[in-house]
Amino acid sequence: MAIDAATVRRVAHLARIKTPEDRLEPLADELNGILAWIEQLNEVDVDGVEPMTSNVAQPLRLRDDVVTDGSKVADVLGNAPRSADGFFVVPKVVE
Amino acid sequence: MSDLTKLTLKAALEGLKARDFSSEEITRAFVANIEAANPRLNTFIVQTTDKALAMARTSDARLAKGEGGALEGAPLGIKDLFCTDGVQTTAGSNMLRGFVPPYESTVTANLWRDGAVMLGKLNMDEFAMGSSNETSAFGPVVNPWKSNASNADLTPGGSSGGSASAVAGDLCLAATASDTGGSIRQPAAFTGTVGIKPTYGRASRFGMVAFASSLDQAGPITKTVEDAAILLRSMCSFDVKDSTSLDVETPDWTQSLNKGVKGLRIGVPREYVVDGMPAEIQALWDQGVEWLKAGGAEIVEISLPHTKYALPAYYIIAPAEASSNLARYDGMRFGHRAEGTTSLTDLYETSRAEGFGKEVQRRLTIGAYVLSAGFYDAYYVRALKVRRRIAMDFDAVWDRVDAILTPSTPSAAFALGNRQIDPLQMYLNDIFTVTANLAGLPGISVPAGLDKGGLPLGLQVIGKALDEATVFQVASALEDAAGFVAKPEKWW
Repeated sequence: MAIDAATVRRVAHLARIKTPEDRLEPLADELNGILAWIEQLNEVDVDGVEPMTSNVAQPLRLRDDVVTDGSKVADVLGNAPRSADGFFVVPKVVE
Repeated sequence: MSDLTKLTLKAALEGLKARDFSSEEITRAFVANIEAANPRLNTFIVQTTDKALAMARTSDARLAKGEGGALEGAPLGIKDLFCTDGVQTTAGSNMLRGFVPPYESTVTANLWRDGAVMLGKLNMDEFAMGSSNETSAFGPVVNPWKSNASNADLTPGGSSGGSASAVAGDLCLAATASDTGGSIRQPAAFTGTVGIKPTYGRASRFGMVAFASSLDQAGPITKTVEDAAILLRSMCSFDVKDSTSLDVETPDWTQSLNKGVKGLRIGVPREYVVDGMPAEIQALWDQGVEWLKAGGAEIVEISLPHTKYALPAYYIIAPAEASSNLARYDGMRFGHRAEGTTSLTDLYETSRAEGFGKEVQRRLTIGAYVLSAGFYDAYYVRALKVRRRIAMDFDAVWDRVDAILTPSTPSAAFALGNRQIDPLQMYLNDIFTVTANLAGLPGISVPAGLDKGGLPLGLQVIGKALDEATVFQVASALEDAAGFVAKPEKWW
């Protein structure tokens, strides 16, 4: 299933990466090259094989539901592009 | 006095303890080397000289009292993917230019606990996505090694290219690194250094800038196998802040060295013979087999039938995980925010287009595609099933072999700019290393010889999960047999 410029536009939007129109075709070519190579996975017999999401066989640990950290407003905001009065400042999102 | 910067980590620790020289002296010697080398090799993104000297003086005070930890006074380089409290951490990306973490990664915290000194932050491929260091927003690192056939600048490999170059060029005693598909072992092989990726879960991922969380694992790049055993032990720990951290003891791996390989069964996987592999790589591998055989090991031919599918599976899984992990870079709370945008979506899209380099954008796009509706099962789930096949291949041989020997890379270091045009060609660098990431196994690269251009080549030893002891045992025997002492001639 070859990727065309329209698909690249849609996927780039899913990835939230602004992609200029003149980059869509070259990107489609690159992705088609990579995906054609990936197609060889279809040769593998995976019937009855469980997907492997982790190398760690142990169950996730639980911890007590208690506060272990906090009161670090200055630390949390320290790298914000903009902040004021202990808040992140972001562009208006509701019209 | 002899040049302190040429010492191994082990020898430096002994010298520090014996008060033959101070931590401040050896730290100053490295600072001088870095300042002379950085304009040419581009290894350090940030030098933390004042901090290093303060840490060194604290170490000297402890050493004077006969105290001190396992790494007391040893100047190290830190890959710029480990968050360091109060010191810029960028993962080689413009997205994080100026980002100063208010906390310390567990791995680096362990090093400071043991008395190590931080020289600075080492250059790397952007978000660890690359095999040549050319995707770094701070420019490529240059390999201290040159081919005797050409004066061209060579890649140190990637993504831990800064770590590898700094160790090979005597700019630090040893360095931290990280490995998602080969990013410790391939640069180690390209620079005549030792690099080990431990079992997944040995080293905490807390405070490591995430790339592909089910594959990312920290490890050291060092001058010798013994140095790797020392530094890895300090880096590893059980950590409740990482849900995949293993609650296991960290052994003293120096006990596994110099024991020989008599009676060990070493697997040689026939599928690692790949098309177009240079004869020199095959010859080096054959030589490694001979060394181990001469040491009394039993060589067992094995089959890992799904090997050829490891790279394509990796190039679905890693981008898929990256596309989720890197969703956090939205220009809101930290990282780059674009100016003059017209809507929230435009702000997200423009910030990410400006902040991420080309290769990162390419992989995030692949990741979004393979996770998107209609393709999730065909690509992502299938890749996860193939991943299990690859892990099962290894499971099936561990009753017959104790460790596996392969080449580390399909070539020696290549010239910068050489392979950037074709991403697929670049991806093939990881062909021998990526299987250990997918299966979560420990793997080490040991310098074992030189190619006809005089460039280093490495052999890889892969072991069972949590059996770094055998990996170190075999690596130590290879190091011994190879007697690799070549160093790059200083031109910088």
